[in-house]
Amino acid sequence: MIKGKFIDNLPKIYGIYTGGFLVFIILMSIAEQAGMSAKMIGIFFVAFTVLIYALIGWLSRTLQSDAYYVAGRQVPTVFNGMATAADWMSGASFVAMAGGIYFKGYGYMALLVGWTGGYVLVAALLAPYLRKFGCYTVPDFIGTRYGGNLARFCAVLVLTLASFTYVTAQINATGRIASVALDIPFNIAVYVGLASILMCSMLGGMRAVTWTQVAQYIVLIIAYLLPVFWISSNIGAGFFPHFMLADEVARIAELESQFGFAKNSAADMATVPKGLAQITKAHSSVNATPWQFISLAICMMAGTASLPHVMMRYFTTPSVRTARRSVGWSLFFIFLLYSSAPMLATLSKISLMDPNLATGIIGKSITEVQALDWYQNWNQAKLMFVSDFNGNGLLELNEFFMKGDAVVLATPEIAGLPYVISGLVAAGGMAAAMSTADGLVLAISNALSHDVYYKIINPKAETAKRLIVARVLLVIIGFAGATIAALEINDILGSVIWAFDFAMSGLFFPLVLGVWWKRANAAGAVAGMLLGLGSGTAYLVWVKWYAGAGFLGITTSTFGLVGASVSLVAMIVVSLITEAPDAATQKMVDEVRIPSGKTILGKQ
Amino acid sequence: MSKQEQHWEKTRNLLFITLAIWFVFSIGIFLFGAEMQESSIRPFGYPLTYWFTCQGSLAIFVILIFWFAGRQEKIDDEFGFTEREGDQ
Repeated sequence: MIKGKFIDNLPKIYGIYTGGFLVFIILMSIAEQAGMSAKMIGIFFVAFTVLIYALIGWLSRTLQSDAYYVAGRQVPTVFNGMATAADWMSGASFVAMAGGIYFKGYGYMALLVGWTGGYVLVAALLAPYLRKFGCYTVPDFIGTRYGGNLARFCAVLVLTLASFTYVTAQINATGRIASVALDIPFNIAVYVGLASILMCSMLGGMRAVTWTQVAQYIVLIIAYLLPVFWISSNIGAGFFPHFMLADEVARIAELESQFGFAKNSAADMATVPKGLAQITKAHSSVNATPWQFISLAICMMAGTASLPHVMMRYFTTPSVRTARRSVGWSLFFIFLLYSSAPMLATLSKISLMDPNLATGIIGKSITEVQALDWYQNWNQAKLMFVSDFNGNGLLELNEFFMKGDAVVLATPEIAGLPYVISGLVAAGGMAAAMSTADGLVLAISNALSHDVYYKIINPKAETAKRLIVARVLLVIIGFAGATIAALEINDILGSVIWAFDFAMSGLFFPLVLGVWWKRANAAGAVAGMLLGLGSGTAYLVWVKWYAGAGFLGITTSTFGLVGASVSLVAMIVVSLITEAPDAATQKMVDEVRIPSGKTILGKQ
Repeated sequence: MSKQEQHWEKTRNLLFITLAIWFVFSIGIFLFGAEMQESSIRPFGYPLTYWFTCQGSLAIFVILIFWFAGRQEKIDDEFGFTEREGDQ
């Protein structure tokens, strides 16, 4: 059936894979009808998909550095787009974003704009030029463009801090899903998640991660869209929700004013488990100031253009032209999910709130709600809570609590879909979190093995030795990430937002000016990275742990604005007061700016 | 001006146009979020600002990148800087 080279057969291979997955879903729904328990379905979905990824990871094992670091630079445009989309859409996008929109409304929809708008910056400012450079890692670009180990090391520092913050959130997400789907304690589930992540990336590096990410994208997009379309036609909202939910959006606004957003007393709130939220913000009205919205969007956009695990996906395309187009495809595949997230939030909320729907629970008697199967499950997992604060026997809007991270996972059950959909969504969430964690762990370990070990410590190391170091680092970083994830310092969405701010503080301007400003030099770049990261981090620490008042309305979610501004000023000032880069560097920048000709670094 | 300088000037101009469009739909319109929300223009019946955050801006970004890529390819072709087989 499959003849010739693997790359030429990609559409066929992934076509068969998608068909096989759909057949698996059908088989599971038949099994559910035949009486298979919900728990077993969840286990089957998560275990089956994870095993497939592990199989792909094993098949893609490699001993060549080009394949390990950049997948041999032969990933076709559209497939690279899919892989980037999976790389990009993390547990935060899949599991937590719709929940953020659900509870915070307009203020959090800045994330949708920010996490897509950033790709315009990637396409126009960076991706094609970094591809022409021919580097293995982002610090590789910084180190070669500016020259010197110090600049390279600073880039590794920023990359590690940003990516590590991000990866703990992803391992947290895999742990959360595995603990619900496999019914095991969270601090054990975290390591189950980690094991799956390492299986995908350890043997084949970037090549394995690329082909598992494509497989993971297919699972996660089916898992996200199917319930949205299903719930929409189930409640009679229309078969194509994206264009047809205007009435439901209006209805939610009507219900919100009918129920009101009552505030609970502190004594009542003390009985609510930690981390659960209640609906306090209007669903579709503009309830954030322009600055709150815009500042968050700017941080997410600049962060997008500085996060190394995304940038390195564009090192794997065959040419500069395909790198550019690939950014467009990435955003298209991301758009499919992001444009559905607010629809999911709308459908989930109306299913819960509307007394005219069979699934609506607001206004029902509290005992009736507490007897619901799904309520008991989610309550047991400490992700949902109701309590009759005013003692009237009925559930009010302010008496319902849920963790934002649980909205996507719980919605199929709230909306009364068969359990097979919940299993599918769990598998999708797992795919999303794993694919991002893979990319991140690989970005960190590649930077440490290639830039720190090979380029700085031991430039004579043979390929085999370098790849062993890379793999050992991969495992160490994974374990460190899982250990910190088990501590649960911040929630998924919160940690991810921090990662963007860190990346933006330290890397945005050194990367962009490296291509667009010939005069930028090593001293400027080092100052930009260190002062940017330092000031951003200082601001975060000051506001978060020392109760600082902050300034200009910059919060712990947008501290990247402080870091990036300092970084820009420092980089320009220091570059101008020190010597201009030498002629060879200037010529190198000229070469980067045109697509034709040899890559700067050539084959390494 | 050398061929390379001309190429870079055109590339830079394209960047400015792209960034201007990007700015309008990622930042510019949200300065007027509250006003737009009250507008009588309601795409598919959604309030205008809500629609832009859910779909409008996002879709415009997708189109913008493909448009940008096409234009940049034309510029590269014009100056003969398009990659050839075996370049990489």
